[in-house]
Amino acid sequence: MELIQVLVAGIAQGCVYGLIALGFVLIYKATEQVNFAQGDIMMLGMFAAFTLIAIAGFPWWLGALIGIAITGVFGFILDAAVLRRIIGQPQFAVIILTIAVGFIFRSVAGGVWGADPVSFDTPYGGMVITIDENETGRTVLDVAELAIILGTVVLVGALYAFFRFTRIGVAMQASSQNQLAAYYMGIPVKYVISLIWGISAAVSCIAGILLAPKIATFDPDVGFLAITAFAAAVIGGFGSLPGAVLGGLIIGITEQLAQAYLPGEYARSIAPISGFIILLVVLLIRPDGLFAQIQRKKV
Amino acid sequence: MAESLPDSLLSVRNIETYYGPIMAIRGVSLDVPKGRIVTVLGANGAGKTTILKTISGVMDPQKGSVTFEGAEIQGRDPDWVARRGIAHVPEGREVFPFLTVRENLLMGAFARSDRAAVAEDLDMVYGYFPILKERAEQQAGYLSGGQQQMLVIARALMARPRLMLLDEPSLGLSPILVKEIFGIVRRLNEEQGVTMLLVEQNANMALQTANYGYVLELGRIVMDDECGRLLESDDIKEFYLGVKKDAVRGKKRWRRKKTWR
Repeated sequence: MELIQVLVAGIAQGCVYGLIALGFVLIYKATEQVNFAQGDIMMLGMFAAFTLIAIAGFPWWLGALIGIAITGVFGFILDAAVLRRIIGQPQFAVIILTIAVGFIFRSVAGGVWGADPVSFDTPYGGMVITIDENETGRTVLDVAELAIILGTVVLVGALYAFFRFTRIGVAMQASSQNQLAAYYMGIPVKYVISLIWGISAAVSCIAGILLAPKIATFDPDVGFLAITAFAAAVIGGFGSLPGAVLGGLIIGITEQLAQAYLPGEYARSIAPISGFIILLVVLLIRPDGLFAQIQRKKV
Repeated sequence: MAESLPDSLLSVRNIETYYGPIMAIRGVSLDVPKGRIVTVLGANGAGKTTILKTISGVMDPQKGSVTFEGAEIQGRDPDWVARRGIAHVPEGREVFPFLTVRENLLMGAFARSDRAAVAEDLDMVYGYFPILKERAEQQAGYLSGGQQQMLVIARALMARPRLMLLDEPSLGLSPILVKEIFGIVRRLNEEQGVTMLLVEQNANMALQTANYGYVLELGRIVMDDECGRLLESDDIKEFYLGVKKDAVRGKKRWRRKKTWR
């Protein structure tokens, strides 16, 4: 069935958007900063994995793990060394700074790894599962897409458990809900925020590594994907973690459906922007997004 | 410069704190002896909250020193000060709205690693505030104002602080709740031995609860004494307790001046 294939592809694409959107929302919830370098951090993570696996010759799983760890540490340092300095400055200063940081990452990556597309081997890359063979046709599922979905489910579950049940995870929630009160509890808020940047960077790196076999090759511009992921975060309510993943899924599935079922000309032009059409509609109907957490302070 | 008293847990010496160019605290000194309740009274904008913020490290003084248990702590980060043993209960019931009541309380004990004792203390604060036990699994944002005030006091208690800074616990609460909360504050001081620095606009309640009081006006201490004597002072009676002496008939009210102006 073609529809199942399209849906699986859409869900997989949506999971990637959702994971990047998670990265946006984690940082936004903790600091009210919007990190427009999110996609470029993902790109750096992908190139780190590429360097380890394709150039240094590490096995895939080890290269991926080290790449994720490096990207996480990088996110931590980025906050501790750069973003922490402009706390208290107006919102636009943060936006411009992160956009600038993203540009720097892109051009540095272009200088180090070149602008040509690269790739690294994934053990399951290019594998397909064929089911339901009969006269009406068959369903061919890309293992890379299934791996994205599985990886996202596991990662989201792990993040949920971490934020819900560990002391530092609850402290992260506390810091993002009421920063001053968190300080008064003795929670080292600055360290906690850097840690959240680290988690956010590691999550986008995971998204990138899962994405790599699906798109086969990538170059330093792969981070532009994050613009669509940003729309996903807004659809979800920008501040809701389940909302971010759901927003990603909505956009991913719509894109694939538009791609497959709209007549020729329209498929090419509408599919890439279908996420933004949904964004417009959602903002008109529910300006706070689908899952906004709104808290009115009692007087 | 006055030396700190020997039994003083916290001593503040000549602090000056600014909001940008505006000097909010103009050289305040005060002492909080161990095991006592000390109150700072003053009108809106007198600088009461700023004093507490300067002690807990949210604001840094330009001049002066804050000494806690013999060590200077001014200019440190607030989380460092909190881990040192000072629990600041800010005004306005700053709960973690999306965490449950129980999680809020456990966050109060964030800096502690003695799990068994933390569990005991949880029972202890549930004893003082039974309503929190009933609501333990509810999100704190859904509590009423009075319950949130109880939660923030209880949460601060979970840190086993040696000094508690209480900022306007009566703000916006009904008279009966105010009475209940001050009763508990007093019991905590007597039974748990928590030293308290209490900032209040409700002078009557504060003076009846505390042992020693300072009166703050426009960033300066203008008067300080045992609370019993402050309650008897004519100026305090007239300007903070709203008691007018009708007996002195004929005497024009405007001729009575505040002694410190």
